[in-house]
Amino acid sequence: MTVISYRQALHDALREEMQRDADVLLIGEEIGRFEGSYKITAGMLEEFGPRRVRDTPIAEEGFTGAAIGAAMVGLRPVVEIMTINFSLLAIDQIVNHAAKIYGMFGGQARVPLVIRTPGGGGQQLGATHSQNIELYYAFVPGMKVVAPSTPADAKALMLAAIRDDDPVLVLENLALYNTTGEVPDVVEPAEIGRAAVVRTGSDITVIGYSRMAVIAREAAEVLAREGIDVEVIDLRSLRPLDRVTIVTSVKKTSCAVVLEDDWLTYGIGAEIAATISDGAFDWLDAPVRRVAMAEVPMPYAKSLEMAALPSLADAIGAIRATLDARARRA
Amino acid sequence: MNEPDLVQLLSPTGHRVDHPDYTPRIAHLDAEALRGMHRDMVLARRVDSEATSLQRQGELALYAQALGQEAAQVGSARALATQDYVFPSYREHAVAQVRGVDPVDILKLFRGVDHGGWDPAEHNVHLYTLVIGSHTLHATGYAMGIQRDGLVGTGDPSRDTAVVAYFGDGATAQGDTNEAFVFAAVNNAPIVLFCQNNQWAISEPTEKQSRVPIVERGRGFGVPSVRVDGNDVLACYAVTAEALERARSGGGPTFIEAYTYRMGAHTTSDDPTRYRSAAEEEHWRQRDPIDRLTALLEAEGELTAEYQEALAAEAEVLGERLRAEVRALEAPATSSMFDNVYATPHAVVDGERAWFAEYEASFLADGESATEGAGR
Repeated sequence: MTVISYRQALHDALREEMQRDADVLLIGEEIGRFEGSYKITAGMLEEFGPRRVRDTPIAEEGFTGAAIGAAMVGLRPVVEIMTINFSLLAIDQIVNHAAKIYGMFGGQARVPLVIRTPGGGGQQLGATHSQNIELYYAFVPGMKVVAPSTPADAKALMLAAIRDDDPVLVLENLALYNTTGEVPDVVEPAEIGRAAVVRTGSDITVIGYSRMAVIAREAAEVLAREGIDVEVIDLRSLRPLDRVTIVTSVKKTSCAVVLEDDWLTYGIGAEIAATISDGAFDWLDAPVRRVAMAEVPMPYAKSLEMAALPSLADAIGAIRATLDARARRA
Repeated sequence: MNEPDLVQLLSPTGHRVDHPDYTPRIAHLDAEALRGMHRDMVLARRVDSEATSLQRQGELALYAQALGQEAAQVGSARALATQDYVFPSYREHAVAQVRGVDPVDILKLFRGVDHGGWDPAEHNVHLYTLVIGSHTLHATGYAMGIQRDGLVGTGDPSRDTAVVAYFGDGATAQGDTNEAFVFAAVNNAPIVLFCQNNQWAISEPTEKQSRVPIVERGRGFGVPSVRVDGNDVLACYAVTAEALERARSGGGPTFIEAYTYRMGAHTTSDDPTRYRSAAEEEHWRQRDPIDRLTALLEAEGELTAEYQEALAAEAEVLGERLRAEVRALEAPATSSMFDNVYATPHAVVDGERAWFAEYEASFLADGESATEGAGR
C-alpha cells in the first residue's frame, strides 16, 4: 500500500497501460508539452513520444471523432477533454457515433475508446465551466460511465476503462485531484458496473458517487459519533448502474439519502430513488431524500458558488431529516 | 520566424511604409488621431499591468493579459462606427476600452463577482464568451439580423451597420468558427471576422494548428481575406476600415488575420517559459506595437512633452482608481443566484429562493446550526 493522490493514481494507470499495450495512445488539448491542464499526463510526451501522445488543435468534435476512428481500427485511444463542459462540443461524436457504432455496424466494429474528463464546481470557473453533466452520457445505451471517488478506484477504474471494448467515459473531479488515499502496490482493473459498500451500517443508506461519495463517507463519520450507523454506497459506475447493491442495502436499512453534485430535476438521484422505489418500496420507512445543487446555472462569486453546491452540512441535514421522518412514522 | 507577407503601414522601427491600397485609408489621421491611438494603447497596457498585479495580490481570481495585442485591438476598434457591434472573445480589453467600457467593469469578471460586468447595449460590445469560438456564430447571426433589418447598403453612414467578431488562432480549428465562416459567406453577412493570431493557443503554436497561413482559411470559404501586421496600429485600422466599409455597403464578410504576439502568458495560471524560448519573446519585444507608434510620433515631432506628461498623469490616475475600485468590488448577495435563471417566473426557482430566504433567516433568528433545513 502506498498513499498517493487521485491525480497520481490516474497518471499511474495511464502510464502503466501505455507501457503494457502499445495500442494505447493519448489524444487531447494541451496534454503533451503542457502536460495537461490538470497535469494528469505529466511526463508522458517525454516518455512515449509524439506518436502516442498527441497534442491537438482546439476542436473537441474533431479529436473525439478522430479517436473513434482510431478505436474502430484497433487502437485504444484515451481522449482527454479538458473539462466535461467542453464535451458538449463533441456530443454528436460521443452520443451518435461512439455509443452506436458497435450496434449499427452489427457488431463488426468495436469502439474501445476512453474519454477522460473532469467535472465539478467549486473552482470559481463560472457557469459554463463548472457543470456536472455526466448524466448526459449515463443516459445513453452503448456508453459506459464510471466515476471514481478515491485514488484506488481512480486507478482500478481507469485500467478497466482502457481494457474495455466499449466506449467508457471516466468522470474525474476537479475537487478530488489533490485528495489522497491508499492504493495497493498491484491494482487489478475494477469490474465496471459494480458499486461498493464502503461502510456498512444499519440505520440508513447513503448513496453517492465522485465527490459526493467522499461527502457521504464524511457524513457517516460525523454521525457515527452520535451513534447513528450509516451504510455508504459509492456507485463508482453510473452506467451500468448496480441496482442490486442499492436495493439490497435499502432492504436492510429501510431508508435512504442520495447525494449528487448535479441538478436535482431529472438528475442521477432521481434514477436512484426510482430504483429504490422499484426494488424496495415495501421496506421503506421514509421517503428517499436527494441532496443536489441549487437549480441555477453555477454562480461565479465564490460565496454564491459554495452556497449553490451541496455540502457536508446539507448531507448531514438530509440524513437527520430522513431519520426524523422515520421516527415520526414508527 | 520569417515575417510573412503582411499589410504594413508602419515598420517595427516606426517608419511609414507606403501601400497602394491602404495608405489612402489613413490619410485623414492627423497627429491628434495618432496620439489618440497611442493613448488608448498606453492606457490599455496600464490596465493590463495593474490587473496582473491585482491577480498576484489575490484580488483577482484570474486574468488574461492583452499585452502585445494593443495595436490589433485599438486599430480595429478605432475603425468602428458607433452603431457597429462587437463580439469579443475574452482578451479584448483594449477593444472594450476604446468602446467606452470601464476597465473596472471588465475586471468584475476576473475578480469573480459577475459573469458579465457591463451593459452590452450601452457600448455595442457583447459580453465576453469563454468557450472558444462559440460567439463567432452569435456574431454571424447578429449580422444576418442587421441585414434583415435593412441596415446594410442604404448609403446612410449613420445607419449602415457592421459586426466584428474577435477570436484567436486557436479558435480557427473549432467547428463553430468554421460554421460561422460558412454562414457568413453564403448569406453575405455584414461581418468582419477578426482573428488575432497571437502565435500560441496556450502551449500550442500556430504551426501545430494549421498547415497554411491562417488567412488562407477564409479564402477557402469564399470570404475576402487579408493578413495584416497586427502590431501596426495604422495597418490594423486601415484593413478594418476597408472591411467594415465592405460589410456596411452590402459587400459581405471579410476575414482579417492580424499577425501579432501574446507577449504575456495565456492567463495568470500559465507559465509560457515551459513551452517557448526567450529568444522568441525577445524577437517580438523588438516589434512592440506601442514602441513603433511612439517612434513615429517622435520622428514627426508630435510626441510633445505636454502630451507625454498628461498621458503619464492620466495613467497614474487610472491605475489608482482601478486598484481602489476593484478592491472594493464585493460578491453579490447569495440570493441573487436565483435572479436571472429564467426571464419569466419559474416555480422551481421561486421555491428554492423562498427556501433559501427561510434558511438564511433561521440564522438571524436564533443562530441555528448550518444543518437546519438542508436536503432541499
